Amino acid sequence: MIEIKDLHKSYKVGKNALHVLKGINFSVKEGELVSIMGSSGSGKSTLLNILGILDEADEGTYHLDGVPIKNLNERIAANYRNKFLGFIFQSFNLINYKSALDNVALPLYYQGISRGERNDRAMSYLEKVGLAEWATHKPNELSGGQKQRVAIARALASHPKVLLADELTGALDTKTSYEIMDLVQKINDEGKTILVVTHEEDIAQMTKRIVHLKDGVIINDEKVEQVRAIENV
Amino acid sequence: MFSRDKWNEVIESLSSNLFRTVLTAFGVFWGIFILVILLAAGNGLENGVKNIFSGISSNSMFMWSQTASKPYKGLPKGRRYNFDLDDVTSIKQKVNGLKYVSPRNQLGGFGGDNNVVRGLKNGAFNVYGDYPDIQNQEPMKILQGRFINQNDIENKRKVAVIGEGVLSELYEIDENPLGTYVKIQGVNFMVIGVYKKRGFGGGNAEEDQKQIYTPFTAFSQAFNYGERVGWMAITAKDSYSVTNLKEQIFDVIKTNHKIHPEDDRAIGNFDLYEQFSKIQGLFIALNAVAYFVGILILLSGVIGISNIMLIVVKERTNEIGVRRALGATPWSIRGQVLFESVFLTLIAGMAGIAFATGILVIINFVLPEGGDIPFANPSVDLPTVIIALLILIIAGLLAGFIPAQNAIKVKPVDALRTE
Ligand SMILES: Nc1ncnc2c1ncn2[C@@H]1O[C@H](COP(=O)(O)OP(=O)(O)OP(=O)(O)O)[C@@H](O)[C@H]1O
Ligand SMILES: [Mg+2]
Repeated sequence: MIEIKDLHKSYKVGKNALHVLKGINFSVKEGELVSIMGSSGSGKSTLLNILGILDEADEGTYHLDGVPIKNLNERIAANYRNKFLGFIFQSFNLINYKSALDNVALPLYYQGISRGERNDRAMSYLEKVGLAEWATHKPNELSGGQKQRVAIARALASHPKVLLADELTGALDTKTSYEIMDLVQKINDEGKTILVVTHEEDIAQMTKRIVHLKDGVIINDEKVEQVRAIENV
Repeated sequence: MFSRDKWNEVIESLSSNLFRTVLTAFGVFWGIFILVILLAAGNGLENGVKNIFSGISSNSMFMWSQTASKPYKGLPKGRRYNFDLDDVTSIKQKVNGLKYVSPRNQLGGFGGDNNVVRGLKNGAFNVYGDYPDIQNQEPMKILQGRFINQNDIENKRKVAVIGEGVLSELYEIDENPLGTYVKIQGVNFMVIGVYKKRGFGGGNAEEDQKQIYTPFTAFSQAFNYGERVGWMAITAKDSYSVTNLKEQIFDVIKTNHKIHPEDDRAIGNFDLYEQFSKIQGLFIALNAVAYFVGILILLSGVIGISNIMLIVVKERTNEIGVRRALGATPWSIRGQVLFESVFLTLIAGMAGIAFATGILVIINFVLPEGGDIPFANPSVDLPTVIIALLILIIAGLLAGFIPAQNAIKVKPVDALRTE
């Protein structure tokens, strides 16, 4: 599903170049649930942004579902993000003046799907994350956990091939985090490929594979025995 | 393009800081208001002045004989001469492009002695000897009976068409004038019609209703004018201008009366068309000034809107990043900003047009009908409003252009990082 080879990325900071990713080789198969760990500043978000076509690598190749991701213009990049990827952010990034339902429907809007069908589909995803009754509420009327559920529903709405989550539990308390992870595991059980960036060991243990980043390289990549989140709630 | 989501977003974004939005929109409102008012004022002045000319076809000139100011072919200077019916015939023959050439004679006049008598009543009126064509040159409405026709001319019938003003002075109310006689300087003329004119000089000038038209031939015979022609009213065809044909007409007269070809003072004339054209030019200039001033003010309004849109885009950087992560193409982002800016400009502009129109309605209501001031019915026509709206749309697009560009300049990652 994801195939990257010898990926490099550096940022310009003043006159110096900050070499953040120093040759990443990494692949993810369909249906995997992978966590990326590492200390702060190790380049986890940078890697995830490149995987999400929100940013571009300086060197190396990236194939997403067999499609080479290289030198895309913004229109095509937007199209790929819409079709292939679902994003879940630490700060939820819901649009605050739209209802939960409209937020979930937004990726479908960009697919040009009619309003009626959009709303039907968005509603079914809200049901899936257990927030059907909250459909008409604005984000500021929801709790953090509820917001993240809406965000997950939104990420799922466009049937993406891969879900990318950057610190999706970073703003939540432990109990709520586990509830969210339970949802993530269930979605993964249905076959969705999911990548989670986290620096919390317990969250990482709830995935099926942990990739350790340090100083821009992968120092460890191992399959783990998945801890079911539901057992810890 | 106009889906509910777009509207929601526009309304949402513009109403999030309503006071700021209204202040911004005011610039455009004011600009278009001034533009419309200026255009309407120019239009009102134009209507007013055109009213003055409306009693007469404007592609016309009047000419009369003066004295020859140069000796020619043995004839001395200072010599008097008169136009005659042969002049009319030769002008019609030799000059192309004329619609009407009307010889005219006149008796009495403004402030003259009483010259018309009916029974015990009498009055001082202008009495004209005319051909039927004059009816087209000085448009009038026949209220009763008919105007002079060719038969009257050929048979030298002593008939008269009197103005409303004459009717009211010489007749009782409800009296039928048709078939009655009026005595003009001792000669009886039978009344065959009553007219009402839109007066030359605007409104319904009283003097213009106190005239009597008689057949040219009967007039000449009754008052011993022979072949003499007092002056001529000449109208050119629509595709010609009488101003351009003037010299040719003068040349015919000069040849007929042995006047020096360079004698400019032998023939007097008043060229209505020339005056009219000058005024017309003035109105074009006035319109241009209105557009210039209006558009400049509008421009400052547009810059205001552009500024606000820049701020809005900046405030919404994160949201734009989210949208792009969800699959918004650069054009859909740009489109949204442009749409918002056009929407704001249009709403402000239409409010300006509506307000200006309201003011104009009030002015029109207050403005006296047929008053003395050359100002009537100040208004803007539909094409002008459409032009104004087009200007607004273009202005809105221009105002949104830089902000729209800014909205997609930021990379999605950086946009998402912004709080
Ligand atoms: N746009 C940027 N410009 C310059 N430097 C950047 C930029 N983005 C990230 N960096 C730097 O690159 C390094 C890696 O950043 P990244 O966000 O990938 O870290 P991270 O592993 O996600 O850390 P954290 O756990 O704190 O989120 C950091 O040193 C950061 O300061
Ligand atoms: Mg990070």
